Amino acid sequence: MIDTLRLTAEEAWRLVDGREISGAELFAAYAGREDDLHAYLHRCDDPGGDGIPIAIKDVIGTKGVPTTAGSKILEGYVPVFDSTVASRCKQRGLRLLGKTNTDEFAMGSSTENSAFGPSRNPWDPTRVPGGSGGGSAAAVTGGLAPWALGSDTGGSIKQPSALCGNVGLRPTYGTVSRYGVVAFASSLDQVGPVAKTVRDCAFLYSIIAGRDENDSTTVEVPTVELPGAEDLTGVRIGVPKEMNEAEGIEPGVSAAVRRAIELAESLGAEVGECSLPRSVEYGVACYYLVAPAEASSNLGRYDGVRYGLRSDAADFREMLMQTRHDGFGDEPKRRIMIGTYALSSGYYDAYYGTAQKVRTVIRREHADVFESFDLIVSPTSPTVAFKIGEKVDNPLAMYLNDLLTIPSCMAGLPGLNIPCGLSEGLPVGLQLIGPQFSENTLFRAGHALERALGFDSVPERLR
Amino acid sequence: MAGISRDEVLHVARLARLELTDEEVGRFQEQLSEIIEAISKVSQLDLSDVPPTAHPLEIANTWAEDEPRPSLTLDEVFANAPDRDDGYFRVPPA
Amino acid sequence: MSNWEAVIGLEIHVQLKTRTKMFCRCPNGFGGEPNTQTCPVCLAFPGALPVANRRAVEECIKLGLALDCEIAERAVFHRKNYFYPDLPKAYQISQYDEPLCARGKLAVPTENGDITVGITRAHLEEDAAKNVHVAASGRIHGATATLVDFNRGGTPLVEIVTEPDLHDAESAKRFLQLLRQTVVELDLSDAELEKGSMRFDVNVSVRPAGSDELRTRTELKNMNSFNFAAKGIEREIARQIRVYEQGGIVEQETLHFDPAHEESPPMRSKEEAQDYRYFPDPDLVPVHPPVDVVERLRGEIGELPGARIKRIADTLSFYDADVLVTGGLDRLWADVVAAGAEPKEAANVLANQFVATGIAPSAVNAAELAKLVSARAEIPRAAFDEALAKTGDAGFTAAPYLEQKVVGDAAELDPIIERIIDANPGQAEQFRGGKQGLLGFFVGQVMKETGGKADPRVVNERVREKLRA
Ligand SMILES: [Mg+2]
Ligand SMILES: [Zn+2]
Repeated sequence: MIDTLRLTAEEAWRLVDGREISGAELFAAYAGREDDLHAYLHRCDDPGGDGIPIAIKDVIGTKGVPTTAGSKILEGYVPVFDSTVASRCKQRGLRLLGKTNTDEFAMGSSTENSAFGPSRNPWDPTRVPGGSGGGSAAAVTGGLAPWALGSDTGGSIKQPSALCGNVGLRPTYGTVSRYGVVAFASSLDQVGPVAKTVRDCAFLYSIIAGRDENDSTTVEVPTVELPGAEDLTGVRIGVPKEMNEAEGIEPGVSAAVRRAIELAESLGAEVGECSLPRSVEYGVACYYLVAPAEASSNLGRYDGVRYGLRSDAADFREMLMQTRHDGFGDEPKRRIMIGTYALSSGYYDAYYGTAQKVRTVIRREHADVFESFDLIVSPTSPTVAFKIGEKVDNPLAMYLNDLLTIPSCMAGLPGLNIPCGLSEGLPVGLQLIGPQFSENTLFRAGHALERALGFDSVPERLR
Repeated sequence: MAGISRDEVLHVARLARLELTDEEVGRFQEQLSEIIEAISKVSQLDLSDVPPTAHPLEIANTWAEDEPRPSLTLDEVFANAPDRDDGYFRVPPA
Repeated sequence: MSNWEAVIGLEIHVQLKTRTKMFCRCPNGFGGEPNTQTCPVCLAFPGALPVANRRAVEECIKLGLALDCEIAERAVFHRKNYFYPDLPKAYQISQYDEPLCARGKLAVPTENGDITVGITRAHLEEDAAKNVHVAASGRIHGATATLVDFNRGGTPLVEIVTEPDLHDAESAKRFLQLLRQTVVELDLSDAELEKGSMRFDVNVSVRPAGSDELRTRTELKNMNSFNFAAKGIEREIARQIRVYEQGGIVEQETLHFDPAHEESPPMRSKEEAQDYRYFPDPDLVPVHPPVDVVERLRGEIGELPGARIKRIADTLSFYDADVLVTGGLDRLWADVVAAGAEPKEAANVLANQFVATGIAPSAVNAAELAKLVSARAEIPRAAFDEALAKTGDAGFTAAPYLEQKVVGDAAELDPIIERIIDANPGQAEQFRGGKQGLLGFFVGQVMKETGGKADPRVVNERVREKLRA
């Protein structure tokens, strides 16, 4: 009997390699599990191959398999080409279990913005799994996939991993190809792994990372080292004051993170306080200018001409406007309008231009901190998973959910979420952030802490 | 400069080619005003000597050699097309 | 002519003849069945990303160098956002405030010295696809549709913008011709107006002579010939002067000439027309032209057409020099002269007769052509024309044609001339009555009668003599 709730990808790989189970059996164990979390938008038949199964977020293009980005405007769209990450997974024999739910065009923090209905948190199905990659996070924790790919623009991998109690990496910008990934905000979007353990996360990252000639913004990546060390000797960990004392961080979240930091110190880390005042103060505002501006342009291609929804109308312009009205949900509409506004003549300098300068401030502030520290830590999300419906009518409150994940995304830095305890019976996520290309450091620290924390990633109600 | 008027909402929606119902205009005006007020915060910083960051990676000159690669087949080109007329995409008159 | 001075600026788009498109590796070819030269990138399928074509970047730099531009240390691709069926991403990747090449100039030689035209910028961008507007095939009665072919979409263009340094239509035409020749010689583009691989828009305004104000300008778009452009500019200048002299105001407007080559769609309102929401394309990284590449490209540029016109004008008239160079004939001319032909004679043959044959100058053996040019007066006109038409053939030799001699003997020609005069008494009468133009009629008849072998000078002389008798 395969326990999909507990089996790690590493262990699954070993079992398949050792012929203790077949790849087909393994695939069937996940595929046969009922998706009562609505983690998937589309499930696949076993394509065969010699690798283990994987779930892929529905913004990531998969040849011959529907890719909707959680939007009605792409309902029924089936790509004729693979994204680079999907094709790298295929080359390693990974078998596609299905496409996971996402906020529409990855815009959101709860998957409630999916045109096809929200996903549910495996710890408490009345709560959100986070977003936008709530489907991938829920699938991994809910035993519906051993691991998954997500995409992260301002926290869409890390925050759902925090809320679902698993491990998620947002890689350094430029290490993973965006080719074939439905674009939200091109200077921020990064694909990354979601897994049960840091080692699984590192391994999946090693499969997808690296320069891609189809994505001009990718670079060569340092060789990925699977972490083994269980101590943190010599690792300098900074605790940014503003990110650990921000208004809105729940006391239970604070407490769990504090305990994890103390544990790090006991493992040999040198822990010290640091400060990122402007990054935290202005990060969200900066993000909600830059990301919508890029999105407003990226979403222009949904025009009813070559693919996707087309509404009937007498002339092209009317067809275009009606198609976009009917096809986009409220959140893309809001962001398209904010972004269009921020770029429009007369407002560019005050909004988009200023945001780009703030981005420089954020980068510099982080660079300064990494002069003294190898990585910094904070809660990933200020809160544990909230109730479905609790924040849908207040977009601004929803945006503040990403307060702690956004600054490092703006700076292009890698961030790892690991679960560090429970608050009110729900997982709390610890965020580790390092300088560019420091994934190996994050894996090492994350792995040591994971071992020491001994967090049981199976939701209590499912044990 | 916080807030956004009804006319501005309509103007921006037109620029972005989004049809809006009256109800949507009212609702979005309220929500966007709140959001714009929050993001206007960026103007509080003194940024006089700060250069812009368009991109988090400081790289340049990634390009491809001028070597042709196969194009798509027409079946692939039109696999998802809402309307097709022989080898063309067909749309209402522009 | 008046108290008014015209101010003319040009915006030229040149389609580069790279093998592949600007941001994808689909073939950059003219023609092809609709949509067969397309891929996820140039169809803007979700997730597709642009990758810049190195060769296109280098060719833009090369053209910039030929136009005496400063090559930017850092150039950036921007997105120009607008919606139209032929623009699949809803933005064109272009360059905005950090173009590859800027602040150049092109000196256009004239008989009275150079007209120096400032080059504001020369930048790289991608072309739009092609819309075909058609009547409906029945489903919706009376309705029309737009069909889109994305083959041209994404092909590389260099956009060249000039300063408003031109003041008359003729100079604008000469500038365009010289620019075209420069582009063709650098082997960057076919620059064929009919095919749309070179397109240009003209901004025209007028102002009181001597003032330096800049008044409202109108834009003449998509003209498909240099002569047409010159006429259009002249008409527009005259119209604007008329408007001002009648106390009116010139309205800003755009006059479209060739809708097949539209650059951007008609806008419904002015506010939309202005607002392209340019911003740096986050899918691409900046271009930092490497110094060694720039120097290599500089080394590949030979003597430019403007300089050659001036050099050749030392030997020939300015007019001849200009015609030879802008016609792409001067290198052949120099070879033919070097092989012994008389310079002026060679220029005449090349600029008038050879051009009409449509033969590529590069296909011609200059030594054989030189023999032909030198013998022009001695061989029959028909033989000369026939030989000239064959100069492009492989292995062409002039010898067989040189053996044919003209008939210049009056004794042989007189009986023919007399017979023709007798057969046309009416025309003879009119000639004698003062209608001198009829001389040509008689000469033509004689040439026809002799199969083109008669020496036209002798025929002329003899016909005049006989008619006078
Ligand atoms: Mg242009
Ligand atoms: Zn292409």
